[in-house]
Amino acid sequence: MINGLLGSGGGVVLVTAMTFLFNLHDHKAHATAISIILPLTIISSLIYIKSGNASLEITIIVTLGSMIGAYIGSKILNRIPINIIRRVFGSMMIITAIGMMFY
Amino acid sequence: MIVFFIGILTGILSGLGIGGGTILIPSLVFFIKTNQQIAQSVNLIAFIPSSVVALIVHFKNKNIEKNMIKRLIVPGIAATCIGSLLAIKINSDMLKKIFSIFLFCMGIFEYISAKNFKKNN
Repeated sequence: MINGLLGSGGGVVLVTAMTFLFNLHDHKAHATAISIILPLTIISSLIYIKSGNASLEITIIVTLGSMIGAYIGSKILNRIPINIIRRVFGSMMIITAIGMMFY
Repeated sequence: MIVFFIGILTGILSGLGIGGGTILIPSLVFFIKTNQQIAQSVNLIAFIPSSVVALIVHFKNKNIEKNMIKRLIVPGIAATCIGSLLAIKINSDMLKKIFSIFLFCMGIFEYISAKNFKKNN
């Protein structure tokens, strides 16, 4: 539901739910979450595209950029203080959220 | 060009295990001025290729709990359809407001998970 309505976040909700409610290991929870989210994402993508709520150009450029970014991210994963980054982005998300609410 | 950089930043964050979409969607709305629905569709579609690759790797490593999938896939699909159909029906500003509440919760979640992460180490 969250994934379809808001276009993101299904994974985080699912991983959290599976680790807390079903005591699944982090690793397995991630893998299982992807296998559930992927078909859901394909379905909601089709619904968005069919209704004309999609931009091919932006999507292609973002996808290319994010592939490069994902590679960089996984390379530097063990070298950077991830907790600090989580905090910085957590705060940015809260500020952005407040901005979006009243924008 | 801005779009490309937003993509790279999103990818880096996803690679680090921090939600990429929660950054991508507001960035597109603020800098490119797309409506909320388009930003969300970009995030949804961009997720597909990388997750197909990830899924193949996980499948080979036998990290997937088939029982869990059986229990969650049908309600998941039904809920996704309802969610997506709602998203394309309501107007962009309203959707933006709903998204901002969600983003707020996710921001707090990042904070809490940063704390837990410390404890585990």
